[in-house]
Amino acid sequence: MKKLKNNASEALEGVLFDGMTIMAGGFGLCGIPEHLIIALRDSGVKDITVISNNCGIDDFGLGILLQTRQIKKMISSYVGENKTFEKQYMSGELELEFNPQGTLAERCRAGGAGIAAFYTKTGVGTVIAEGKEHKEFNGKTYVMETGLVADLSLVKAWKADDEGNLVYRKTARNFNPVMATAGKVTIAEVEEHVSLGDLDPDYIHTPGIYVSNFIVGTDYKKPVEILTTREYVA
Amino acid sequence: MSWSREEIAQRAAQELKDGFYVNLGIGIPTLVANYIPENVQVTLESENGMLGMGPFPYPDQVDPDLINAGKQTITELPQSSYFSSADSFAMIRGGHINLAILGAMQVAQNGDLANWMIPGKMIKGMGGAMDLVAGVNRVVVIMDHVAKDGSPKLLKACDLPLTGSGVTDLLITNLAVFEFEGEKPLLIELAPGVDLDEIKEKTEAEFDVCPKLKRHLHVQ
Repeated sequence: MKKLKNNASEALEGVLFDGMTIMAGGFGLCGIPEHLIIALRDSGVKDITVISNNCGIDDFGLGILLQTRQIKKMISSYVGENKTFEKQYMSGELELEFNPQGTLAERCRAGGAGIAAFYTKTGVGTVIAEGKEHKEFNGKTYVMETGLVADLSLVKAWKADDEGNLVYRKTARNFNPVMATAGKVTIAEVEEHVSLGDLDPDYIHTPGIYVSNFIVGTDYKKPVEILTTREYVA
Repeated sequence: MSWSREEIAQRAAQELKDGFYVNLGIGIPTLVANYIPENVQVTLESENGMLGMGPFPYPDQVDPDLINAGKQTITELPQSSYFSSADSFAMIRGGHINLAILGAMQVAQNGDLANWMIPGKMIKGMGGAMDLVAGVNRVVVIMDHVAKDGSPKLLKACDLPLTGSGVTDLLITNLAVFEFEGEKPLLIELAPGVDLDEIKEKTEAEFDVCPKLKRHLHVQ
């Protein structure tokens, strides 16, 4: 079976349906599947529940799916950089479930690993833990969080070989490897397609078993949210 | 008289010990990196998936694939490593990070910390703050002693939604330093020109005063 697809819409063919749950990798605008998100918008699929650490900015990343009102609910840890988000949330159009960032990552990891739930100290004594099961272990109180799976996971990697083995680059890795494991279908977009044998098996981050198919993206925008530099000192 | 932002950061930097793995929050905590004592080597963790954060890049070194948790462009060091968000929070939650320094809106006398939402305002989210305060071995909180309207921020109980319950180990304000070990916070240091009466007046929480209260004449 050939995993490399010609383009994003071909990769998404037959996978999308209204009301589905989609995970999208990335932290801020770093390591987001920018081409697959555009293809999602163009597909017109609606009432999506999106699980992603953030929701892009108004005109880039997942933010473009807000503009077309395709997202029904977001599960995120931080959504601060998006005015459209704020407007739709305040008007009640958009549902929002905040998860602490580490809890979100672990819920995805657990979901992908077949773990139904786990106990964590994170959030105990806060609104996040309200209504959830608590349990004591070794004299400390933990709260139960459930594993997450998605109908579809969209991830961004640096390189893929024909098997769909993935390698990420620097902090663009973030949520991508865990989300790759938690999708019933996982589609990756990469900057480079390499031949079998070109990736050292010892250095593969996501084994191809998790990757249903992938595309090679071109003209990556990769916007920088907060450009910070230092001056050369003579 | 009181401590400036830089002086608070400088005081917080004294909490760093050689060999520590440290997570610095956004804002004043980020400035702490500028004051790491010379004989102390620390490794900075960024919760988006990096250990060994380097300085900001030169303009021609900017890499959009390399940012910190505040989404600022940064650089790597020879000892740096990258990992997934799940691995990142495993090291945080698992108690492998020695120290976190973060900002706050309110702190209560039992160590409760509120720094993520104000009801009625658009909430941005807690990001990694709840995981950090629950998992990191020692939590140092930095904030102004009073709010902009002059109301105390070190309270009997927080009225804002909590980030963590009983999680504060040390509080550094622009006026004083408090340790949170016993039942009540212990006032251990006063900023230059600040006296006990001023702290009493500007603090709602009950606190004890350390018999060896350190009165700073100038920073350090």
